[in-house]
Amino acid sequence: MTSAEVLIKARGLTKKFNNSFVAVDHIDFDVYRGECVGFLGPNGAGKTTTVRMIYCFTPVTEGELTVAGLNVQTQAREIKHNIGVCPQEDNLDPDFTVVKNLQVYARYFSIPKAVAAKRAEYLLKFFQLEEKRNAAIDELSGGMKRRLIMARALVSEPQILLLDEPTTGLDPQARHLVWDEIRNLRKQGVTIILTTHYMDEAAALCDRVLIVDNGKIIETGVPRELVARFVGEDVLELEFDEEVVRNLKQELPDAQVEVFGDQVRVFINQPHGIFERVVKKFPDKNLTIRNANLEDVFLKLTGRKLRE
Amino acid sequence: MKLPQLTYRVWMVWRRNFDVFLKTLHLNFLPTIMEPLLYLAAFGVGLGALITGAVQGGTYLQFIAPGLISITTMYGGFFECTYASFVRMYFQKTFDAIIATPVSVEEVIAGELLWGATRGAINGTIVLVVVAVYDAVFHTGLIASPLALIIPVVAFFGALLFASLGMCFTAWSRTIDYFNFPIFLFITPMFLLSGTFFPLSILPGPLQVTALSVMPLTHLVNLIRSLMSGAVTSYLGLSPELIWILALVWIAVVTVLFFLLAIHLMKRKLIK
Repeated sequence: MTSAEVLIKARGLTKKFNNSFVAVDHIDFDVYRGECVGFLGPNGAGKTTTVRMIYCFTPVTEGELTVAGLNVQTQAREIKHNIGVCPQEDNLDPDFTVVKNLQVYARYFSIPKAVAAKRAEYLLKFFQLEEKRNAAIDELSGGMKRRLIMARALVSEPQILLLDEPTTGLDPQARHLVWDEIRNLRKQGVTIILTTHYMDEAAALCDRVLIVDNGKIIETGVPRELVARFVGEDVLELEFDEEVVRNLKQELPDAQVEVFGDQVRVFINQPHGIFERVVKKFPDKNLTIRNANLEDVFLKLTGRKLRE
Repeated sequence: MKLPQLTYRVWMVWRRNFDVFLKTLHLNFLPTIMEPLLYLAAFGVGLGALITGAVQGGTYLQFIAPGLISITTMYGGFFECTYASFVRMYFQKTFDAIIATPVSVEEVIAGELLWGATRGAINGTIVLVVVAVYDAVFHTGLIASPLALIIPVVAFFGALLFASLGMCFTAWSRTIDYFNFPIFLFITPMFLLSGTFFPLSILPGPLQVTALSVMPLTHLVNLIRSLMSGAVTSYLGLSPELIWILALVWIAVVTVLFFLLAIHLMKRKLIK
């Protein structure tokens, strides 16, 4: 990746609202052409604000942010020509049908009518919305709306696609359909930035994740490697029990025991098998060993649960 | 306050609204035709029958016809850029969607304002046509001058002023209910006291001055009435020419000011 072209570059990027609340706090990151990068973090971490600065919606308070070498503060129009945006909230145009949504949106990019019509048909097919071609927006399901928003973002054939929480609120089936389409786009070479608070989503889709919390990037890496580096292979989960916790600390002094309310998670940077002993010791305490995931990384790094 | 940089993209926003308008044409025309017909019937024919003397040298119907065109124009521009724009901005998030494209926020608002002006001009023109048809049928002398043909143009600029004022209120409103304030404190007094239903000269001096200084509808009515009749009546000791020039200059200056102010306020509201 290091030899690849940097498409988005942020240095000391900061956003303050009303000159006081710091939503994004001096972050540095690079996004390379063709990769899928995930901003992972809880609500209010600064993910959406960062994305909004990239597509020149929210002005930068401080620092440097360039997209394809263009400055977001002075070359917004050129940048917006190159970016497709899927916002978090549905802002499809309810005054138009499905296909007309794509055509009207293409007009904002000065795309000739005939070209726009062709692209609209192609995108409807790609996102499996052909049957809904002439439907009103409020006849669509949540998953269809999401797909139409993605189709709309691609009508200008952008180099970069920004997906702000693409699957929030979708049922598992609709979610997997969206995932498939994101993977397809990645294969076609579209550079994708997505924000999510779903760990499995980041793990499933992203080449790289930036874990953000309180406006700062606290860790960066390939999902699998982050998990291996910070939480090892296994996680032990149990309901809080003083005796078990005391025993755990004795048996596994290297383990990190995190208590959240009545829930305990135990991390240890060691291969499989290490927890078996403890589990056998307390057969009636409902201890479970499971594969570690990105959520555990977040938990370990911040000491907080992600969805709160 | 920096001057907005506007490009041809303003028309893409205008076009979006125009497309919706065409799609819902049947819903747009009927109320616009019915309302002035009702006013013509109630005030012109009904109430007018009680008014036996001349009103500014003509019949009562001749007097209120330009008033009705002006009022419809005002409502068209004002409502488009208050309720309709607010719905697009707040409930539909249409502005947010457009701002993510190469169209800028200033262009979105400018497009909305020009659309509001178009909407007002369309509505005003519909009433003008209704009046013309009525005149052709009943020979009531409502349209005495060929200058009436340029009323749609005047209505466009008048409506642009009301659209800009409306958009300023949209920037100020936190919820859609806030529009009750400008409507009852600003639009309704204008509707009644701008020389629409009776000559301004009947009012006490201070009210006449108020109407001429802060009520845009007064100036629009003056312009449209003179275009229909080919004459202007003087009041407050101002000559007809002066009334005309005052109306033109007043509308031009205030429109430019509020057009810019509306864009500025909306930008501040939308971009955080």
